Amino acid sequence: MSASVGVVIFPGTNCETDVVEAVSSLGANSELLWHGDENIHGVDSIVIPGGFAHGDYLRPGAIARFSPVMKAVTKFALEGGPVIGICNGFQVLTEAGLLPGALQKNRGLKFLCQPAVLRVETTESILTNKATTGESLHIPINHFEGNYTCNKETLKELQEENRIVLRYVNNPNGSIDDIAGVCNKKRNVVGLMPHPERACNDLLGSTDGQVLFRSLLAA
Amino acid sequence: MKFSILVDIQLLEGISDPAGATIERALPALGYKEICDVSVGKTIRFTLEATSLSEAQKTSEKICSLFLTNPVIEEAKIVIEELS
Repeated sequence: MSASVGVVIFPGTNCETDVVEAVSSLGANSELLWHGDENIHGVDSIVIPGGFAHGDYLRPGAIARFSPVMKAVTKFALEGGPVIGICNGFQVLTEAGLLPGALQKNRGLKFLCQPAVLRVETTESILTNKATTGESLHIPINHFEGNYTCNKETLKELQEENRIVLRYVNNPNGSIDDIAGVCNKKRNVVGLMPHPERACNDLLGSTDGQVLFRSLLAA
Repeated sequence: MKFSILVDIQLLEGISDPAGATIERALPALGYKEICDVSVGKTIRFTLEATSLSEAQKTSEKICSLFLTNPVIEEAKIVIEELS
């Protein structure tokens, strides 16, 4: 049976169809999970896609965190279920306390929508188990609040525990230690600012995102 | 008792503040060259019903730490006024 990927939709989410397309192209089934529903319908993994959940009011992810679906997502994550948050989804996961740190506004004054090169820093995560350490991936970014920050103690912990999953080769937004993606201690929850679902088809200029979704499906 | 609550949220020192930086860069064009350290935060006002000032303070602080601010990047000051 094909793996089933739950794709969470909050009011204002706008990348869910891209994620569905990306996982479908790899032979997986997907199920859209409405934020007001506390049921995740027995999916094998969960993606919180990008967009502007609840209009990004107050702070990106601040209100989404209290949506009913997040209770089920949190339970699933704490039981070891694979969860990834892409862009706004990463912001939701930090606000929900499932990942450390926060995403502040980009260094410089600009919203950034451009290609980026990422380096895979570890294959010990549900997002990179099919990738190769040191591998370069061409995956675009599209964000204003993508500048990862955390306190010194958290950064030291992330470094020592090898929990920085992806780094930017040329840091576009000021993220501390060039961080593009991090995972939790159990390595089953990963957040990343770049959009792998936009790099899963030759027509889009890169298929480098596929290895990340293949990893998720294998997790 | 009803209390008017004003929460003044500012970014912590060192946190990226493009709105503040843009305003600071625009001020010299108006002739104000002596201004620095511009920062842009947000204020949130609400009315709260509580049995005492200390309860209003406690509730406001809880809402602030749980929801209104992210302590990784922000800090807040709470101003409470009893409504007659």
